[in-house]
Amino acid sequence: MTRLAVLGAGHVGPVIARVAIDAGFPVSIAASGDPEEITLITQFLAPGAEPRWAAEAVEDADVVVLAIPLHKFATFDPALVAGKVVVDTMNYWPPIDGVQEMFEDPLYGSSEIVAHRLSRSTIVKTFNHIGYHELDDERRPAGSPERRALGVAGDDPAAVTTVADVIERIGYDAVPLEGLGAGRLLEPGGPVFGVSLSRPEFEHAVARSPLREKA
Amino acid sequence: MSAASSDAAREDRFPLVLGLDTFGDVTYDEDGRPLSHAQTIRDVVEEGVLADQVGVDYFGIGEHHTDDIPMSAADVVLGAIAARTTRIRVGSAVTVLSSDDPVRVFQRYSTLNAVSGGRAEVILGRGSSIDSFPLFGYDLADYEDLFEDKTGLFAELLKGGPVTWQGKTRPALHDQDVVPHTESGPFPAWIGVGGSPQSVVRAAHYGFSLMLAIIGGSPARFAPFSQLFQQALERFGRAPLPVGVHSPGHVAATDEKAREEFWPHYLEVIRRVSKTRGFAAPTKESFTYETGPQGALYVGSPETVAKKIAANLTSLGANRFDLKYGMGGLSHEVLMTNIELYGTQVIPRVRELLT
Ligand SMILES: NC(=O)c1ccc[n+]([C@@H]2O[C@H](COP(=O)([O-])OP(=O)(O)OC[C@H]3O[C@@H](n4cnc5c(N)ncnc54)[C@H](OP(=O)(O)O)[C@@H]3O)[C@@H](O)[C@H]2O)c1
Repeated sequence: MTRLAVLGAGHVGPVIARVAIDAGFPVSIAASGDPEEITLITQFLAPGAEPRWAAEAVEDADVVVLAIPLHKFATFDPALVAGKVVVDTMNYWPPIDGVQEMFEDPLYGSSEIVAHRLSRSTIVKTFNHIGYHELDDERRPAGSPERRALGVAGDDPAAVTTVADVIERIGYDAVPLEGLGAGRLLEPGGPVFGVSLSRPEFEHAVARSPLREKA
Repeated sequence: MSAASSDAAREDRFPLVLGLDTFGDVTYDEDGRPLSHAQTIRDVVEEGVLADQVGVDYFGIGEHHTDDIPMSAADVVLGAIAARTTRIRVGSAVTVLSSDDPVRVFQRYSTLNAVSGGRAEVILGRGSSIDSFPLFGYDLADYEDLFEDKTGLFAELLKGGPVTWQGKTRPALHDQDVVPHTESGPFPAWIGVGGSPQSVVRAAHYGFSLMLAIIGGSPARFAPFSQLFQQALERFGRAPLPVGVHSPGHVAATDEKAREEFWPHYLEVIRRVSKTRGFAAPTKESFTYETGPQGALYVGSPETVAKKIAANLTSLGANRFDLKYGMGGLSHEVLMTNIELYGTQVIPRVRELLT
């Protein structure tokens, strides 16, 4: 079974850890410091997940979920996740988060810039476009007409398949997109950001988006 | 102690508090034209005075710095309300501590506490609408550090007596007397939390009460936060502290009238917010969900709203509820009716349901 390491114990990290545990995945969770500081948080918000130091959590993980604020990314150590599949949940949205030079290049989506910096990791973009407060409630069994779709963007087909499987088991329809560049369709201001859509609706919204050409 | 039994203990220990919060959105005249900032502020004073008269326990004002929400100096408005009332508690909802000086916040609310005869409270937040950061020259990249550092100082100030403190975000204090002194110990201070478990632990660490801001999705998902808070207090060797809930809503004579009055303005305001945040505008379906039993909005007749408050206070192990009333575009008259119904019908009904 795919082993997950969730980095970040804020709004988003523990929710992803919890739904992944529910789906039967072994999950470790880490913040930037001592696991002791997040034991209570883990006990109440993601029971079953194992609080660890980030380096230890990553070491035996198949998939690392990066759920830290984007403004902390510049000081995040790429060596920590070298050789790993990394799920980028982070968003860049200057009106709320402020301008960050590193992410201001109009030619690339934020996950492409993340991939550039984490050059020894395999980046897959997903989870960024669903609110952390919805992630729990909106899960549905496969085949349910109400099941929400989540996009999965990455350049490595095997990594995309692994992550798509996690998404499916958690309770969402995974919609693979054509490469990490197409991850721009999932960004804030894009056609599927923060919207609850079924697979056909999702595919439709993505297909007719003007962003698609750029991506 | 198990989480469930600590919840039960808390309900006995702390009195039920039912308050109102406003952000002070610009009010509109009967013809749908926005009124001036000055008139809006005077309207909020009248609303606070009415809240006192109809039996509301708390009146809170949330700090904002925008053209459509001009409440940048909430404490001044609260002082005016305090001068015209004798019973209601007055405070913030929230004070954006990250972009303020904790010494000044303490001074302003300690002054409000004096003016009001001990009725002041403060609810501290990181700020989810971040208009105050550029205004006061703060960098959003320091969001977490600012709040952590300043919360620590504020906790020191609240204890009373000379303060010695050193941190990263403000000059150090050495044996500094900060005035005005409070008459009878610290005034109540809360931390507003929107979904960060680390803020819950921080509140427990410093001994602040916990105000859960539940503005979307299912309120039940916050139950673990309330349990986390009590466990963390225990871990830090502190006695249990109250837990409150802040949620938006609108009360009118009937469910239908409340929804009809609220929906167009909610749509307009959230559409604007969603544009700046990059997510999709609400739909009639999402509104129906949010106003139903599973959602976070308290929109309806006094009976509907009272039942929802009572149910959620119970499931969250909370003893306080602050209804955030108002929405840009609603008129002062409609808000006054909302306040009157909340005080005269919702509050007594919630008390009845919970005893
Ligand atoms: N809001 C949403 O609904 C939503 C949805 C999807 C995705 N996102 C994205 O999710 C990300 C996280 O947001 P959030 O609201 O959860 O942030 P948050 O509440 O501020 O929490 C951030 C967490 O990251 C940890 N962290 C920071 N630097 C770290 C490092 N170098 N290594 C390991 N852990 C580190 C922090 O731990 P310490 O305190 O120990 O530093 C903290 O636990 C953001 O990029 C956001 O764009 C948000």
